[in-house]
Amino acid sequence: MSDVNNSTTALEAERAEKEYSGPMLAADGTPLKRSLNKALRRQKLSALLLIAPLLIFVMVTFIAPIADMLFRSVENQIVSDTLPRTTTALEDWDAESGEIPQASVYKALYQDIFIAQERKLHTRLGSRLNYELTGASSLFRKSGRGVDDIGEVYQDQFENLNAFWKSGENWNEVLGSDAWLSDIKGWKENSGTPQPEFEMRDGIAEIFPQTASYYTIFADFVQNEDEDNLYEEDPWSLIYSVFYDDLTGDTASSIANYSGPGAAEIAEAAAAASSFETVEYKTAFAEIDKDWVATPIWETIRAYSPDFTNGYFLNSVDMQKSADGPEFRPENQRIYGTLFLRTLFMSMCITLSCILLGYPIGWILANLPARTANLLMILVLLPFWTSLLVRTSAWKVMLQQQGVVNDTLVWLGVVADDSRLALINNQTGTIIAMTHILLPFMILPLYSVMKTVPPSYLRAAKSLGATNWTAFWRVYFPQSVPGIGAGSILVFILSIGYYITPEIVGGTTGTFISNRIAYHISSSLNWGLAAALGAILLAVVLGLYYAYDKIVGIDNVKLGG
Amino acid sequence: MVALTPISRKPVSFYVPVAAAAGAVAGLFVGTANGSGFLGIIIGAITMAALAFLLTQIIKNEKIGRWGTVIAFAIIGFFMAGIPAMLIGAAFGWFFGWFSFWLYEGRYRSKIEPYLTPAQVLWHFTFRVICGSIFIFLITPILVIMPLSFNAENFFTFTPEMLSFDPDGYSLKHYRDFFTSSDWQGAVWNSIKIAPAATFLSVSFGTLAAIGLSQPHVPFRRAIMAILISPMIVPLIISAAGMYFFYSRVGLQGTYVGVVLAHAALGIPFVIITVTATLVGFDRSLTRAAANMGANPVTTFFRVQMPLILPGVISGGLFAFITSFDEVVVVLFVGSAGQKTLPWQMFIGLREQISPTILAVATMLVGISICLLTVVELLRRRSERLRGMSPG
Repeated sequence: MSDVNNSTTALEAERAEKEYSGPMLAADGTPLKRSLNKALRRQKLSALLLIAPLLIFVMVTFIAPIADMLFRSVENQIVSDTLPRTTTALEDWDAESGEIPQASVYKALYQDIFIAQERKLHTRLGSRLNYELTGASSLFRKSGRGVDDIGEVYQDQFENLNAFWKSGENWNEVLGSDAWLSDIKGWKENSGTPQPEFEMRDGIAEIFPQTASYYTIFADFVQNEDEDNLYEEDPWSLIYSVFYDDLTGDTASSIANYSGPGAAEIAEAAAAASSFETVEYKTAFAEIDKDWVATPIWETIRAYSPDFTNGYFLNSVDMQKSADGPEFRPENQRIYGTLFLRTLFMSMCITLSCILLGYPIGWILANLPARTANLLMILVLLPFWTSLLVRTSAWKVMLQQQGVVNDTLVWLGVVADDSRLALINNQTGTIIAMTHILLPFMILPLYSVMKTVPPSYLRAAKSLGATNWTAFWRVYFPQSVPGIGAGSILVFILSIGYYITPEIVGGTTGTFISNRIAYHISSSLNWGLAAALGAILLAVVLGLYYAYDKIVGIDNVKLGG
Repeated sequence: MVALTPISRKPVSFYVPVAAAAGAVAGLFVGTANGSGFLGIIIGAITMAALAFLLTQIIKNEKIGRWGTVIAFAIIGFFMAGIPAMLIGAAFGWFFGWFSFWLYEGRYRSKIEPYLTPAQVLWHFTFRVICGSIFIFLITPILVIMPLSFNAENFFTFTPEMLSFDPDGYSLKHYRDFFTSSDWQGAVWNSIKIAPAATFLSVSFGTLAAIGLSQPHVPFRRAIMAILISPMIVPLIISAAGMYFFYSRVGLQGTYVGVVLAHAALGIPFVIITVTATLVGFDRSLTRAAANMGANPVTTFFRVQMPLILPGVISGGLFAFITSFDEVVVVLFVGSAGQKTLPWQMFIGLREQISPTILAVATMLVGISICLLTVVELLRRRSERLRGMSPG
């Protein structure tokens, strides 16, 4: 076939003639071995170059999405992204003590939820945690509304002390650098140029560390997410509470050194702060919802605070995280195990009925004269080429209560008019329709294998005294097993991941795991769980794909005869 | 197989009971439909036994006998239950006329091996009947929707008017619906915009890669092949989920480009499989000969290789086209309302508002499938002939 072989044999002949000693040389004088290697390398490279565009295309449009899905099944950054301070503070908490966390955790929670509710992220986190703990969604929604009240305690006191603290301009004058202040004052909102990025005044971060860091978050939010003019924006009530913390905290002693804008107001506030009414965050959260002073929500937050979780996978095998490791869910909450088993069971039923129906057809197509076989082949290929939805709608029409099958049976008197068979929206419907849809995938491999079995073998067996059954079972059947294997794996792989047909004719009892995946993607929006279920399904299919490749070889897939 | 067994007429004691048994089976159905199964069996058996005897021993002339039976049964059917029963009766009559002579003349033996025992002969024909019913199972769903799509009512089932062949029971109403509804027309238009673009992508990339893959020395051939075939093996719902997540990250979700890329990826395995199958028989010395005569690789490809593998490329393209044209799961997730394709619209129709317009669409799609099937079969034969694989 190849150049290399041809030239090698030619040269070998030559060598035998001349008995040449020393390295063999090619026409251009380079050693033959090197020259041949070079040619081989070039061939390999050109083959790869031809394949490369498609390979890259498939990698980007197909493999990358699958990898992304697998990644999503373990990804869990939402908890630590939305509640960064809380998850850090929770690290010291001893979950097994049965006690609720210490006060600092509640303060961190206040700050996290405040920022999250401004960014409208708290409801997303709530629905994420709701997958693990029922009620978390409403808890977070309630808390998002409640945190405003907590902050206003300080805000009101500062504002009552001095109206200076009411306006955003004053805060900016104090915290913003001079260069930024002159920029932002000169900036017009409708000028089209971007708003000058907020810049902290030198030295503020040392004296008011918390105020500085939260004000930066606030400024970033106002300028980049809300796109409002920061200079005129009044600060969050959160800023007042951290400002209070700074005034009464460790760095309070250095406030006296401050001499920038508003130094008088700050000194006044620092003096008054010690007599301010304070907020007990734990009590405040307990007032919002008593769930905050119970352990389950804290256990859940803690269990899901790492960036990666096996929670979705545990969920998809009916398990859950608990304080002492993974455990099975209560009996009445297990659904996925049953669903996986049902999917496997129904796929097996479909595969078996495809073998039962496909085998005789494969046999008769392989043993009839070519012309008749080709005509009958059309009856197999036409369904194969017909749109899946056409066939599914046909089955919906056929299997309904008032459908063609029931009508015919009633007309024949096989069933009574008032006890029509329930053939649709259950497992029967799915199995009948999918057997029909996947039957060509069984017949085609069976046919191509059976065509290679010489009919004379069967006759020879019979003439040697075998009965019909023995001749078939001991001689013909073993030779057709590769076809059965190829067809079964193909049908099984295809049926295990089917979505459309079970969705339309399966009702509630005849659905597959794929329908559940689709439900989680589009209705319940639990993408992580959908991805985990998908990953398990994918693992099963890839295992079968590997087996198929070993048994049949992926190059030998036949399409349309 | 030619007639290899000499045939002879059979004795009355054989074929009359057999005909009676067949009549009993038919009588069972007619009987239950009319109230009494048992009576049906008796009447059926007696009628058929008498008929078989009458035809073969008294009338003897086969042509007259068979036509007479057809007409007689049709008349009986008409008086029992009108036109539909007349047709069924005629079919019954034709079958039993043929069946009686088939048994009497011993024709059933003519095309099978002479040494078969009666039990084997019986099994031979039972097997044929089993296969026949499986073929009926395969084709009936596709045939049933065709007449139903001409239903004058908004039903998914045969109305009494349709069964009595009353012209009022039929109409082109659902086809009119299809051609006037903006939903359906928009969906058709979307499908027509998406499928060819996806086909073009998968055929151009796929053909190049298939040529690369069929070179004699390809490193990691197995692994590459497994990756390229995987879109066909991975369940569609998983592909759809992955693409939905990934394409929404990169901003392709809900765009025309996103759907085309997704469909192209799904069509690639079909192109790879058909084109590599064509290339298996490709004689590589032809390209060397062309190069030897001074053609550059591009000329060689378009003037020598391409015409020979064209049938494979076209049928791969048709597979890719039908994949995209029929695809619903991926487009459901990757597309948005602006990319609603024909299968998507059908899926909605089946799930929500049940309307026989779907059957009209389905009938037209079956027509398209028949055309595609014919083209692919012709191409396959042409390709085999080109490669000298079969004489046909």
